[in-house]
Amino acid sequence: MSQPRDYSMTGDDGRAAVARGLADAQWYQTPVARKRLKELMQRSDGPAIRDTVLWLGLMVAFATAAIALWPSWWCVPFFAAYGVLYGSASDSRWHEAGHGTAFKTRWMNTAVYQIACFMIVRNPTTWRWSHTRHHSDTIIVGRDPEIVGMRPPKLGSIALYFFGVFDLPRGLRTMVRHALGRISADEASYTPESEHRKVFRDARIWTVLYIAIVAACVVRDSWLPALLVGLPRMYGAWHHVLTGLTQHCGLDEDVTDHRLNSRTVYMNPVSRFIYWNMNYHLEHHMYPLVPFHHLRELHDEIKHDLPPAIPSIAAAYRQFVPVMFAQRTDPSVCIHPQLPAPRLADGTLGA
Amino acid sequence: MSTWTDMGAAGDIEQEDVVGVEIGGRAYAIYRSLDDVYYATDGLCTHQQVRLCEGLVMGHIIECPKHNGRFDYTTGEGRGVPIRENLRTYPAKVVDGRVLVDLG
Repeated sequence: MSQPRDYSMTGDDGRAAVARGLADAQWYQTPVARKRLKELMQRSDGPAIRDTVLWLGLMVAFATAAIALWPSWWCVPFFAAYGVLYGSASDSRWHEAGHGTAFKTRWMNTAVYQIACFMIVRNPTTWRWSHTRHHSDTIIVGRDPEIVGMRPPKLGSIALYFFGVFDLPRGLRTMVRHALGRISADEASYTPESEHRKVFRDARIWTVLYIAIVAACVVRDSWLPALLVGLPRMYGAWHHVLTGLTQHCGLDEDVTDHRLNSRTVYMNPVSRFIYWNMNYHLEHHMYPLVPFHHLRELHDEIKHDLPPAIPSIAAAYRQFVPVMFAQRTDPSVCIHPQLPAPRLADGTLGA
Repeated sequence: MSTWTDMGAAGDIEQEDVVGVEIGGRAYAIYRSLDDVYYATDGLCTHQQVRLCEGLVMGHIIECPKHNGRFDYTTGEGRGVPIRENLRTYPAKVVDGRVLVDLG
């Protein structure tokens, strides 16, 4: 069996990636005419305002119903729905608002980003920089801090992600560490020192807020405050993990073509609302300036040059789960999507 | 000392857009604002050397196509993360329908 790879940001694989020219590399892009690309990149406040009003409005409605029915069992479905909007929709809002593409108006992106970061328990500064690196060096071992399907995969741990079993405690531990003014070596490798002050400031504010939630639970002798703030990151996490795992799992590492390491999956409208169209993940990586509400059009524009989209979430899992099982004993196993033949300038297929 | 260099036809750039020009192995970005004023900057993002001519122009802002870093292309000033270094700007003018840039 080959030597396990080092996925840390400060290890040998990261240094090897730099030496091999895999860091900050030039990535393949399907050509799109400038005029059409400009149309697709255009920002608009409308779709994100509509979705944000719906998102937060539904949260208030479900929370109100859940509180009214607490502590009877009738509150459970309302908490379940609230939890998904809190613990899963916050992941896609963190992502899209972090790119600054959700809204045209800058402060709206910032506001939603801060709210979503708090819900998903991701420091607004370190996670912005980690995601910048994820886009520079997507699934490059030792460079990308956001690789979930490390090889050999720990399938038990990945299964527990569905319930936030590791994520929430890890997020809170990291928050306290930041509040104490400490940053890890991995974080320091992609977060400039000039940004550390912001990291610590936000963590201290959050720590006070979480202490207030715990205090409210103690004073009221009730779990209710924590069920509304904090714990939804666990009991509502399943949808963002369900959809998030489809992005890259089972695909190749250390390639500079997103068609080989990212996946587009057709999904139902409810999942696309919660996930804010990130099911068009390959398209997003190829053209990160295109906002969520234009990704479907971008997909139509370039799909002739992409591997066939996966028809459903279930089909995606049928594709990558067996591969991840195989990777437990042979980490070199991965999916190699079939790429379409390149088109010549006159539109015909090349050799 | 001024060295005005012809960067191409002014009419080839749409309003609120950018084109890339390469001269002597160095990349430049030429902008045409909504009020028909032309500007020039270095062509690569100071964050990770990505070609800005593939980015999005919004008002006086150019946004990098890779990491969404933003610059005011009229001054070269970086506007927030991940930009930590301003963009070099160059004087530009239009003479007889051609964009001329003083590359110094």
